Amino acid sequence: MHIMEGFLPLEWAVFWFAVSIPVIAWGFLKIRRLFSEHPELKMSIAISGAFIFALSSLKLPSVTGSSSHPTGTGASTILHGVAVTSVLSIIVLLFQAILLAHGGLTTLGANVFSMGIAGPFVAWLAYKGMQKAKVSMLPTVFVTALLADLATYIVTALQLALAYPTAGSVITSFTTFFEIFAVTQVPLAVAEGVLFAMFFDYLARTRPDLLKGKLHIKERVRGVADKTVEART
Amino acid sequence: MKPVHWYMLGFAFIAVICISAFIISPGAEFGGADGQGEEQISQIDPDYQPWFESLWSPPGETESLLFATQAAIGASIIGWFIGNEHGKRSVKKSEDASRGKVEGVPGSQEVSPRAGGGED
Repeated sequence: MHIMEGFLPLEWAVFWFAVSIPVIAWGFLKIRRLFSEHPELKMSIAISGAFIFALSSLKLPSVTGSSSHPTGTGASTILHGVAVTSVLSIIVLLFQAILLAHGGLTTLGANVFSMGIAGPFVAWLAYKGMQKAKVSMLPTVFVTALLADLATYIVTALQLALAYPTAGSVITSFTTFFEIFAVTQVPLAVAEGVLFAMFFDYLARTRPDLLKGKLHIKERVRGVADKTVEART
Repeated sequence: MKPVHWYMLGFAFIAVICISAFIISPGAEFGGADGQGEEQISQIDPDYQPWFESLWSPPGETESLLFATQAAIGASIIGWFIGNEHGKRSVKKSEDASRGKVEGVPGSQEVSPRAGGGED
């Protein structure tokens, strides 16, 4: 999903920065508030960021004969929402833009929009919907993580199509970029969904307090989660 | 089936997804979809000149090192968390055992509430 340095025309670079900055600022304030009011959540934020760090560095092969990387934003989206995820993502993207020449500073706004805001937002909508529908934990986590990854790449395809319409047609360009990005991404998104489902299963067993009120934990575990809460309050 | 077995199955599934990619297209380039996107731009708009260059571009070997560093930073935090939780559980277990508590349902220890938890 990384749009390379210099590969977005100036007006689009500025546009995506303008869209992303308010969300990142909001996320930054939210993290600062969380740190002072709920210092016990520091660990949970660190873990969410660690997943984004680790997964977005892994270039994995995909069946289309190209390779791509997961985004790792699923856990952060469920545990802390879109704004916090955007801050964690921009840290990773800055690291990659400055040290790795992967992505870029001029395209940072666009990249953080796709990976840190739009992807997580689509996933968050699905997550909220599934919470309303009382879907249990594992399918919720799987679908949320999968969508966070996949939607990121669909948005990248859209960003490139807007900047580079084929003979005036954004849709033709979108189809082309979509085939490159989204299709490569499907198997990786599934793998990411499975990984996060396992991690949340582990969390539900060891630290149900971190998931309290965020997911419908299965019966067997739920009783324990409730007890933990009582013990703490 | 113990949770650890489910996790092993899950990791095996992830490995199959990645390995099958090599089997389906063995000669595939490892360039990445990002690079392909770049090529596509130059096809759509051959006149486009990137107007900004990366300030610094690491040589190939260093790039791999830095990618690995990034993965290592993330993985060590996750590993630390899992190890920490594991340690806290075994401490709790041995405390319970020394108090002569009767063990509950097998496996219940894994999900046992820790009233004093969250000290991190």
